[in-house]
Amino acid sequence: MNQKVTRQLYMLPYTLWMIFFVIAPIVLVVYYSFLDINGDFSLANYEKFFTPKYLKMALSSFWYSFLITLFSLLIAYPTALLLTRTKHKQLWLLLIIVPSWINLLLKAYAFIGIFGTYGITNRFLEAIGIGTQQILFTDFSFIFVAVYIFIPFMILPIFNSLNQLNPALIDAANDLGASKWTTFRRVIFPLTMEGVKSGCQVVFIPALSLFMLTRLIAGNRVITLGTAIEQHFLVTQDWGMGSTIAVFLILIMFLFMALTGKRKRGV
Amino acid sequence: MDQKLSPVSKFFLIVIFVILYAPIFFLVFYSFNSGGTMYDFEGFTLEWYQELFSDTRLLIIVLNTLVVALLSALIATIIGVIGAIGIHSVKKRSRKNAILSLNNVLIVSPDVIMGASFLILFTIAGYQLGFYSVLLSHIAFSVPIVVLMVLPKLYEMSPTLVDAAKDLGANSWEVVTKVILPFISPGIMAGFFMALTYSLDDFAVTFFVTGNGFSTLSVEIYSLARRGVSLNINALSTLLFLFTIVLVVVYYFINQRLKTNGTGGRK
Repeated sequence: MNQKVTRQLYMLPYTLWMIFFVIAPIVLVVYYSFLDINGDFSLANYEKFFTPKYLKMALSSFWYSFLITLFSLLIAYPTALLLTRTKHKQLWLLLIIVPSWINLLLKAYAFIGIFGTYGITNRFLEAIGIGTQQILFTDFSFIFVAVYIFIPFMILPIFNSLNQLNPALIDAANDLGASKWTTFRRVIFPLTMEGVKSGCQVVFIPALSLFMLTRLIAGNRVITLGTAIEQHFLVTQDWGMGSTIAVFLILIMFLFMALTGKRKRGV
Repeated sequence: MDQKLSPVSKFFLIVIFVILYAPIFFLVFYSFNSGGTMYDFEGFTLEWYQELFSDTRLLIIVLNTLVVALLSALIATIIGVIGAIGIHSVKKRSRKNAILSLNNVLIVSPDVIMGASFLILFTIAGYQLGFYSVLLSHIAFSVPIVVLMVLPKLYEMSPTLVDAAKDLGANSWEVVTKVILPFISPGIMAGFFMALTYSLDDFAVTFFVTGNGFSTLSVEIYSLARRGVSLNINALSTLLFLFTIVLVVVYYFINQRLKTNGTGGRK
C-alpha cells in the first residue's frame, strides 16, 4: 500500500506532463478541426480538405517526402556500410553527427549563399561552360538541402543495425559461395531492415512538415503539409483548417509507423 | 581494417564528409569577408564579429536561447528521470506499453504539429506567449527524450541491488538517491545533453509559441535570413560552430569517463 502511494507520487509530475502536453494538445487539435472560421461546429474543413486544391498539395508533399527519403537512403546506406568497416568507426560516426548539431537554420542559410545567383555553384557552372542557372528557389535545391539535412539522421540507425550484425553470418555466406552482391542482398540488407525502417521514419514524417526550408530555399514554390499548417495558423489565422491538415498529418504519421512496423519498445 | 576499403569506397566517404562540412566552412569562410556578400571575397576583416558583439539585441537573444535551453533541459531531466523510475516500477505489461506509446507521441510527431497544438493550448489557457510559453514547450518536448535515455539504464540495473540496499536497512529515499540515481547517471547525463541540443536546435515549435516580444536564436536567424544575406549571421555561425565542437568534445569525454567508471565495479 505504502509502495503504491510512493509510486503514484513519483508519477505525478510525469503524469501531469503527459495530460497537459501530450493528451490535451491532440484533443484540442481534433476539436479545432471541427470549427469553421467563425468558431461554429461544422465539417466544412474536412469538405475543404477533399477538394482538388488541398488533395493536390497533400500529394505533392508526399511526393517530395518520398523523394527526400529515397535519396537520403541511397546515400546513407552505403555511407553507413563503409563507416562500419573503418578503423575508429565510432569517431567517424561522431564526425558524421556533428553537422546535425549545427543549427538547422544556419545550414539552410548557407545554401542561400551557395546556390544563389552569384553563388559558388553558379561560378562553377559558369567555369565549366554551362552558364548561370537558377538553382535557388527550385525543386532541386529544396530536395538537395532537405537530403543534406536528413542524411545524418538516416545514417545513425542504419549504422547501429549494421554494427549489431554478427560478422560470422557474412563469413558463413562467403563460405557457402555467395558473391558479395548476393551476401548483401540476401544477408546484410534483410538483417538491417530494422535500421532502414527507423531511418525512413525519422526522415519521411519530418520531411512532410518542413516549412522553413520551403520558405527559405524553395521560395514558396514548394508547399508541404507543414507549410500549409504554418500558413493557416500564423498567417491567415484559420486555425480550424490548419488543425484539419494537422489531423491528417497525424493520421498519416500513425499509418506510416504502422506500415514500417513497430519499433522495439521497452526492453 | 582500414585497408579493406577500396579506393572507390574511400573516395565516396570523403565526398560525403566534404559535402556534410562544406556549407559550414563556407559560412565560416565568408564571415571574414570585408565585401559584405557571400560570393566575392574581397579581403580579411573582423568587422562582422565586432558588429555582432556590439549588437546588444542579438546578444540578449543568445542569452535567452541559452537560458531556455539550460532551464528546460534541467527541468525536463528531473521530470523525465522521475517518470522513468515510475514507468520502470509499473508491473503490468499492457499498461507499461500504453505509457511508453504516449511517451513516444511527442518524439515522433512533427514539430509543426507540436507547435500548432501548443499554440492552441496556451491560447485556450489564456497564457501570455513569451518566455514561459517557450520554456514550457521546450520542457514538454524534452521530457520523453530523457525518459528514453534513462529507461534502458534502469532495465540494465539488477533488481538485487535494490533488494540488497533494503536488506541493509536503507529507506526508500536512500534507495533512490544512493543506489538507483548513481547507477543511472550516464543515462541522466545523456538525457540532459540531448534535451539541451534539442532545445538549442529547435525552430518550429518556438516559432509557433514565441509571440512578439521574445525570440530565440533560431527564430532570429530565420527572420534575418528571410531578409537576405547578412554576414553577421556568418560570424554568429562561426561562434556557434565552435561552441558545438566544444559541447561535442565535452559530451564525448563525459561519456567515455562514465563508461569506464560504469563497467569498472558495477557489473
